[in-house]
Amino acid sequence: MHSKLRDAVVALVGAGAMAAVFYTAMPVLGQQKPATAANIPRLNGKPDLNGVWQTLNTANWDLEAHSARPALAMRPGPIVPVPAKEVIALGAVGSVPGGMGVVEGGEIPYTPEARKKKEENQANWLERDPEIKCYLPGVPRATYMPFPFQIFQSNSAFAIAYEYAGAYRNIYLKDPGPPQVDTWMGQSVGRWDGDTFVVDTNGFHDQSWFDRSGNHHTEQLKVTERYTMTGRDHIQYEATIEDPGVFTRPWKMTMPLYRRVETGARLGQFKCVEFVEELLYGQYRKEPIP
Amino acid sequence: MTRATTFNTTVVALAAAAVFTSPKLGVDAASEGGQAPSSIAKPWVMPRTADGKPDLQGTWSNATLTPLERGPKESLHLSEEEAERIENRTREVAEFRDAPSDPDRPPPAKGGDERPLPPGDPTFIERISAAAGGAVGGYNNFWLDPGERVLRIDGKPRAGMVIDPPDGRVPALTPEARQRMGQQAAPRKKFGQFDHPELRGLAERCLTSFGSNLGPPMLPNYFYNNNYQIVQTKDHVMIMTEMVHDVRVIRLGDNLQYPPKSVRLWFGDSIGRWEGDTLVVETTNFHPLQEYRGASENLKVTERFTRNGPTSIHYRFTVEDPTTFTAPWTAELLFNTFDEMIYEYACHEGNYALGNILGGERAKEKREAEATRKPQP
Repeated sequence: MHSKLRDAVVALVGAGAMAAVFYTAMPVLGQQKPATAANIPRLNGKPDLNGVWQTLNTANWDLEAHSARPALAMRPGPIVPVPAKEVIALGAVGSVPGGMGVVEGGEIPYTPEARKKKEENQANWLERDPEIKCYLPGVPRATYMPFPFQIFQSNSAFAIAYEYAGAYRNIYLKDPGPPQVDTWMGQSVGRWDGDTFVVDTNGFHDQSWFDRSGNHHTEQLKVTERYTMTGRDHIQYEATIEDPGVFTRPWKMTMPLYRRVETGARLGQFKCVEFVEELLYGQYRKEPIP
Repeated sequence: MTRATTFNTTVVALAAAAVFTSPKLGVDAASEGGQAPSSIAKPWVMPRTADGKPDLQGTWSNATLTPLERGPKESLHLSEEEAERIENRTREVAEFRDAPSDPDRPPPAKGGDERPLPPGDPTFIERISAAAGGAVGGYNNFWLDPGERVLRIDGKPRAGMVIDPPDGRVPALTPEARQRMGQQAAPRKKFGQFDHPELRGLAERCLTSFGSNLGPPMLPNYFYNNNYQIVQTKDHVMIMTEMVHDVRVIRLGDNLQYPPKSVRLWFGDSIGRWEGDTLVVETTNFHPLQEYRGASENLKVTERFTRNGPTSIHYRFTVEDPTTFTAPWTAELLFNTFDEMIYEYACHEGNYALGNILGGERAKEKREAEATRKPQP
């Protein structure tokens, strides 16, 4: 709470009155009632996180607060910027929904050089976003991709299967030691902090992004996630991001996870590798399709 | 990850051989033998989850030197001597291939055609891996981990996995299936095999692992990386196969339904139930691209998972598709404890091969076209 208040004050001082309303409103909206023992399912005394979950926000479009805009890929127009040639045909389907942002304090604390790279990434989104190529989403992006994921929690194991790209994380309950290789999804180790499941993940390479707006990291990334059930069908999710390679300090994103409560809710399948073959290999066809 | 797997399997096997006085028991406990060492005093007790069901959780491997189908004249069981011969031969070939190359050796007479093997009868894995990699081989031995042990069920070595029909062979295709497969293949015949990405194999496209790893039926690929993780809750069993990080989510329950026929899923849609201490899983709704021996649309696979000792799960499956096979057929094998980490197999993200296979063919065509043009003035 103290840091939220401080961030709000910083925002008040630093930005105009409109922005102040914006930023002070956000942490309040993000607050949830503390978990009570009575209304959450339990497994061996710990909260039972088993189920199919999904976020409902625009974090995957842009973690930071943003207005709706015509497209992810833009180019200069005679009066105002217009969608890039490659995405014009998508019309409104290709436009970006606005959002109040999920970053505590409102802005990701990049070093100036890293902020510049973020902007370059954004300007070259079509070529650079790993999601376009159906690459693994990394962490925490896997959580807020616009697809559900399923948690499998037992006495001896904790695993998360994501619908997008069939991404998968085994959360080790016993630390296997330093990661032996750098990977897209990192190496995750979980533990209980009271009723909160805390997952530390590192062992990343630098190729995943945090969203479709070019937010990036280096191989020094360390993510600490906290999963706290606030009711039968809600988890308050926090991810603290540390990466001295690009950020001036650790920062945090927060969002609720919603249980998919419909009858027969289940994890779907989105094996998109097949869907991007024309994009990646179409040029190598015997006769490329015009 | 093969590098770690090969190394660690060796370490585990060595350690086990040192601990057990009987080398046979040592190897059994360490690797694909999968039988409980009977000389250990404590009787094995079925591990159970909190809700009393057999606990199938952990990391497993179904690598083995035993093929799905045994030879036409073979019986179900091999003699122990024959099993040991196959295992020794496999070890000998691996050691031979692992030996340092002579830096002063002359260049091969014909590029890549020389891949000498020690004298003796090749195992079936040598034959199929030669077919996969050509004379030069697709991989150094360092990367391969097809299995080191013959499948032994109840301690008796097996020549093949199929137990029904009794001849140990997958039943013939129906005339309908042969006709269907011919019709499906016809439009592709007008293309060269490197003309389009869709003409390449599913594993090469990083759509699934080699062979039928996640299946179902879940079979070893006789190549490398036959590693699985199982996580079990009261209403789901999740099976993840390391290669291509594919996941099967098996729903457990009595009143569950398969989706409409129009919904076709990779690895099918699986519904499971407990019959005593056996997990029985029935799978349908297979993806049309994921054909198993020509079966997909009407394929039904019934699997039975039974923990049968401290280091193994007995796995039996029945394949049914009257539009493809002239009879249902059943096979059995073991999943053995794999006391190693599962790694991320980011196949697609690193798939330079598919682009290079297609692009290489385009470059070759271009070069050939230039060569035919040149003589002309």
